[in-house]
Amino acid sequence: MNEALSLLSFGPTGWGDEIASGVWVTVSLAASTLPFGLALGFLVALAKTSEDAYLRAGANIYTTLFRGLPELLTLFLIYYGGQIALSAFTQRLFGQPTEVNGFVAGLFALSLVFSSYASEVFLSAFRGIPAGQYEGAQALGLNRIKTMRLVILPQLVRLALPGLSNLWLILLKDTALVSVIGLSDILRNTNVAVGNTKEPFLFFFVACMIYLVLSMVSSIAFGFISGWAERGQETRA
Amino acid sequence: MTAAAAFIPASPPPAAARRRLGGARIAGLGILALWTLLGVAILWLLVAGYDGEMIARYLPRILDGVLTTLQLVGLSLVIGAALSIPVAAGRLSANPAIGAVTFAYSYFFRGTPLLAQTFLVYYGAGQFVGFFREIGLWWFFRDAFNCAVLTFALNTAAYQAEILAGAIRSVPRGQWQAAQSLALPRGVTLARIIVPQALITALRPYGNEVVLMIKGSAIASIITVLDLMGQTRYAFSKTYDLQVYLWAAILYLAMVEILRRVWDVLERRLTRHLQRTD
Repeated sequence: MNEALSLLSFGPTGWGDEIASGVWVTVSLAASTLPFGLALGFLVALAKTSEDAYLRAGANIYTTLFRGLPELLTLFLIYYGGQIALSAFTQRLFGQPTEVNGFVAGLFALSLVFSSYASEVFLSAFRGIPAGQYEGAQALGLNRIKTMRLVILPQLVRLALPGLSNLWLILLKDTALVSVIGLSDILRNTNVAVGNTKEPFLFFFVACMIYLVLSMVSSIAFGFISGWAERGQETRA
Repeated sequence: MTAAAAFIPASPPPAAARRRLGGARIAGLGILALWTLLGVAILWLLVAGYDGEMIARYLPRILDGVLTTLQLVGLSLVIGAALSIPVAAGRLSANPAIGAVTFAYSYFFRGTPLLAQTFLVYYGAGQFVGFFREIGLWWFFRDAFNCAVLTFALNTAAYQAEILAGAIRSVPRGQWQAAQSLALPRGVTLARIIVPQALITALRPYGNEVVLMIKGSAIASIITVLDLMGQTRYAFSKTYDLQVYLWAAILYLAMVEILRRVWDVLERRLTRHLQRTD
């Protein structure tokens, strides 16, 4: 037990600080994916609710593609494909190849995956808003942008929140895949620790526990957010 | 009484509303053009990069990988389904201790990355070689494929148990009460009345779980299993040709799409007594 604690301690002999820096990478990757994924997912959902058949088809191809591909394969396609394209491009332009940043590749791939799932969540939330809300807004003389911002979005957030919180938990777990392209996240750093200490069970178990704690903290945070999103609901008897 | 003094003269119908080239149409055409461009680029990459020798060398391996992936997914799903029954029973149990244990199981496997679980089983087992040799199970844990099947089965059992438990909970209480008033024993009630109704609710989530398993199985390649992803990574490490990843992408998409179509047909067939014909 003491031995395990010393292995997990901070400082030069323990692996605590490496693991902590891994937690930081995991959390910052997930957190920076979120805004891109949400924005892209919202746009794709808007396209899916459009009256224009071409726009709907274009959006559906997007979801079919990125929900059908394994996340790992999307990541590799972006990472290696981006590597090859960017190297060729900068080779021609500046005469020397550039490395693709693993963090950026991970961010890009995870945003694609997250947004294709998020678009489905937003779509069903859109369907949960009665047409009367649009008609009411029109009757008040609100233009399309104001209708969206003042009438639809506040209700959309409430309806989409359960689905989005699920997607966030999936995103946190999916970040583990970037360890494969060499980004020093939780799993990668525990892997390094395993290589040095020959204690795989201890370290991978600790990694799992860290992911569990992260998802617990997220669940608590989502409890507060959904309380805020539903603040108008309680007074209505 | 007044009569109309004059006929309203006949006039041609109003001109049809002009087809407007609105923002949505332009955006739609633009996006479709982008997809077409991407499709053409991929096709060009496959045609221009055509290399008979490479295809002869790696395509059989990759198709072999498809077979391994299907085996991996099939085995995990079947074993997971068997495991999910006791877990679901535990989740629905009135006994708080059993409920807590099964909840912890389900929370652990649904709350941690599949990759971390796979590492835990595959590399973690390596730490207890002596123990596994003693109980005669080392042959099992030595093979990466077995470890992958074990991990995936445990993982999908947790998800399937939640699906099953949720579906059983969704059957109205009146069904239980009606069965009780007919003096049906609990086992018969469950087997003949509750589970058939629950399975229909569970059909769609089960289909999603199968798709997630197909996609998730790519992770096995990281612990050296030569599934579709593993063979692809091997081929890429030898050739540095992005084509092989495109082949894999097409094969994975085909698997997922075929499954989705089959599942849709299955669902329509199984719920045909619920569909309204009017």
